[in-house]
Amino acid sequence: MTTATIDKAAPTRKVKYGSMSRDRAWALRWSYFFLVIFAIFFLTPPIYMFITSLKSSAEISAATNPWWVFHPTLENYAGLLTSNQFLRFFWNSAIVSIFVVTITMLISVPAAFALSRMRFWGSATLATGVFLTYLIPETLLFIPLFKMFAVIGDWTGIQLINKWYVLLILYPTLTVPFCTWIMIGYFASIPKELDEAAVIDGASWLQTLTRIFIPVAFPGIIAATIFAFTVSWAQFLYPLVFTTSTDQLVMPVGIITSLIKGDVFNWGQIMTGALLGAAPPLIIYAFLMDYYIAGLTAGATKG
Amino acid sequence: MADVTLRKVVKRYDEVEAVRGIDLDIADHEFVVLVGPSGCGKSTTLRMIAGLEDISDGDIMIGGDVVNDVPPKDRDIAMVFQNYALYPHMTVAENMSFGLRLKRYPKAEIKSRVDEAARMLDIVELVDRKPKQLSGGQRQRVAMGRAIVRNPKVFLFDEPLSNLDAKLRVQMRIEIKKVHQKVRTTTVYVTHDQVEAMTLADRVVVMNHGRIEQIGTPNELYHKPATKFVASFIGSPAMNFVPCRLEDLAGKLHVRLTDRIAFPLPPARAARYQGIPRADKLLLGLRPEHITEAKPHPEPGVEAFQTVLDVTEPMGMETLIYFTLEGAQVCGRVNPNAGAQDGAPLRLAVDLNNMHLLNEVTGVVL
Repeated sequence: MTTATIDKAAPTRKVKYGSMSRDRAWALRWSYFFLVIFAIFFLTPPIYMFITSLKSSAEISAATNPWWVFHPTLENYAGLLTSNQFLRFFWNSAIVSIFVVTITMLISVPAAFALSRMRFWGSATLATGVFLTYLIPETLLFIPLFKMFAVIGDWTGIQLINKWYVLLILYPTLTVPFCTWIMIGYFASIPKELDEAAVIDGASWLQTLTRIFIPVAFPGIIAATIFAFTVSWAQFLYPLVFTTSTDQLVMPVGIITSLIKGDVFNWGQIMTGALLGAAPPLIIYAFLMDYYIAGLTAGATKG
Repeated sequence: MADVTLRKVVKRYDEVEAVRGIDLDIADHEFVVLVGPSGCGKSTTLRMIAGLEDISDGDIMIGGDVVNDVPPKDRDIAMVFQNYALYPHMTVAENMSFGLRLKRYPKAEIKSRVDEAARMLDIVELVDRKPKQLSGGQRQRVAMGRAIVRNPKVFLFDEPLSNLDAKLRVQMRIEIKKVHQKVRTTTVYVTHDQVEAMTLADRVVVMNHGRIEQIGTPNELYHKPATKFVASFIGSPAMNFVPCRLEDLAGKLHVRLTDRIAFPLPPARAARYQGIPRADKLLLGLRPEHITEAKPHPEPGVEAFQTVLDVTEPMGMETLIYFTLEGAQVCGRVNPNAGAQDGAPLRLAVDLNNMHLLNEVTGVVL
């Protein structure tokens, strides 16, 4: 009886020797197949943007092949890079992003250290709470926030709406929770004995953070920095809602408001502006990619 | 340098008592090893001395001062961790000097202390390397160096050799002993390895279930264990325990193991055990080295009997033999030339001058 059951359960397929490498080869083929589809899918828009950015307005509106440039021109680039308005948007974006990254790291690194290492009442709940705040979309928040700033303006006379620095308060609500979460995960991968050794060596909490944790968790800090930069560079809704004067606009909103006039779309300059706007994050990613991946995975696997 | 005193120290985690009222006096310069199975509270005790764990009750004194609420950095202690806990971004020299730099010692002093410790530990050529370029043994030396340069009142070691392979462990054990002979700092050392405990300690503290079972020199613990736990924990292969009871035969006190086997006790032992009720369930404790092959002219107190061996383990300088007595597996050590073979009969002798008699219920050595 028992033997009969075993016979039924035995594999019907014959064992093929060397099938490991064959399986692997197929796995690789499939991965390449999907990677190519993936790459085409995600590279098509930037390529289209690049092609369009090299066309004159006349060529864009002409019914020619949209995937080919017949009369390449740099007039869109020249037009934007000599426009004080565009440079102003770029400058505003840069200032806002640099400030936001700094503010974010100054808050989230110590916060993550406290939440992951200083055991205090409710620290675990608080850590989860920090992450939950990240799950609330800004589309839900912008109206109440607008109302809050309006009320604050009425009561205190401090006018924040339509000032670029209002973004320094708004963006961290998006970046701080996620960066804190990344850093909690990264700090959790640092063995407990390391801070105990530091404590016994005579280090205060602050010294443990600055002289042990920050250097050891540097890849994680880079990852969090890149994330914060990307979010604040690409953020669209908050600047659209909270800033309106052209000298206060950041690039994503600036391009839309200044290059779309009524129903006239200056497509060539819009594409050029978007490409130029994508350059800084691209450059940062290219240089710090390895750190970014190391930072995210360390948090993911051990946190 | 200082003495360390624990008075009724208790550690409670919610409902669980990890350490249940420990009293311990560690003299200046002494090397004390806390040993016991995992979960016995030895590491918790060490961490309470270090100040890494709060104590729930009792007092801890270092150099006569109660340090219950003193933070670790002000206790003037140094600790060596099982996983070394070296700062990965610092060189060996920076690792060793971190504590001194925090305390803003003059540069020249730091350098001389680091150099001296590096020389003592034979890591002079490694001082500019990062921890990840070092082997396990070298990392452990650096961790010790970090403790030595601080010149603290007390060294605390938390299973420092557990991550090393067997050969290196023996070597580092000797290294630790040498360092202690040189610096003479009061040392508390935690391990689960009874060999480490025996070889390193001036005094060994055997812990079990959050309590101290016995404190004594390695020899005292080995030859005069107080409880069955200590008797079985210290020594390898472990002490044998065979169910037995006392019996008066022909006017002499005997210990009866089986219907067939009863040994007369040597006079000193007979006098000591005379008062024990004959009906009590007892255990005869015998170390393997006291069960050997029978000799033609036995010394007084050595009694012979015949048995059939289950298994033999030739070790080279001796052969370990295993046989069964009253359902208990018994281990003995015989001369390799005694002719011990698996499944074969052999005439053995037990040295009752070195026997232990235990109460089977309480586990107390009588």
